[in-house]
Amino acid sequence: MKLFKFFLVGIFFGIALSKGEVVSWFRIYEMFRFDAFHMYGIIGSAVVLGALITWFIKRTSMKSVEGSLIKFTPKKFSIPRYLVGGTFFGLGWAMVGACPGPMYILVGKGFFTIFIVIIGAIIGTMIYGVLRPKLPH
Amino acid sequence: MTEFINSVIYEPWPWYLVGPAIAITLFLLLYFGREFGVSASLRATCAAIGGGKISSFFDFDWKSQKWNFVFVFGTVVGGTVSSLFMNSKGAVDIAESTKEALIGMGMTNPGSDYLPTQLFTYENLGIGTILFLLIGGVLVGFGARYAGGCTSGHAISGLSNLQLPSLIAVIGFFIGGLTMTYFLLPVIFSWVL
Repeated sequence: MKLFKFFLVGIFFGIALSKGEVVSWFRIYEMFRFDAFHMYGIIGSAVVLGALITWFIKRTSMKSVEGSLIKFTPKKFSIPRYLVGGTFFGLGWAMVGACPGPMYILVGKGFFTIFIVIIGAIIGTMIYGVLRPKLPH
Repeated sequence: MTEFINSVIYEPWPWYLVGPAIAITLFLLLYFGREFGVSASLRATCAAIGGGKISSFFDFDWKSQKWNFVFVFGTVVGGTVSSLFMNSKGAVDIAESTKEALIGMGMTNPGSDYLPTQLFTYENLGIGTILFLLIGGVLVGFGARYAGGCTSGHAISGLSNLQLPSLIAVIGFFIGGLTMTYFLLPVIFSWVL
């Protein structure tokens, strides 16, 4: 039961991104061409509401279901790490039209060739782990 | 009311339903004491398959991410449920200008399914498409870990928490995405499609 709630939230998230066509390669391509508002509306409204939620949680010192204070890990400042890492990510995102969340959802939708992308993403993560000491952070 | 419920079940969702649904996901995970970040599951996978032997980056207790694997499994089931019972399949109503651009690069029937059939169906799988999907995946995995997060960790959680690093990462997402869309895909598609 402790883990089951994450399964239910996952189902909800999977349905939302699927019904919203966020998992569609075409929606991502359309977004990068600035041809439609759809994806910007989704990310924009999620961030505005998310910011309100985050502010509210901090403001009220809300506790998690486990009873501890909900905490947010601040991200350590760096420019090259986020800019260069982000650029690599963006190149891949625009190519395969899926970020990690949608990759998994597409498996559930029966697009099994997406496994090639997932295997690639695991290899990419491995490559980062190996090169990490040599990369500027 | 029935009409609304029917449209939620059987019609594609407009942006103003999807955005709030993502925010609710963010809230629920925070309330359950976790931080929303799907690509962390990729790092945990590397740790679970013995990556700790080749890099100390994967030498951590991946079981602390068990909840993320359960969440991810839920998203897979959510994808199945939406396809089987909620009519989430077939044509995607993308902009005409998007279709024209894709047709101009040699893509047939853009938007007739969720994914381009020339890239993602078994019949069209060849050395070109396999390399395309694999390299794209490598870039996503490498970039997400280098940047310390993907769309959920940076664009949603990070921006919601007003983190400057996340804004820099999102700018990076767009530098890469625009470069791929405008300069590289036209060349790559001339080989692959």
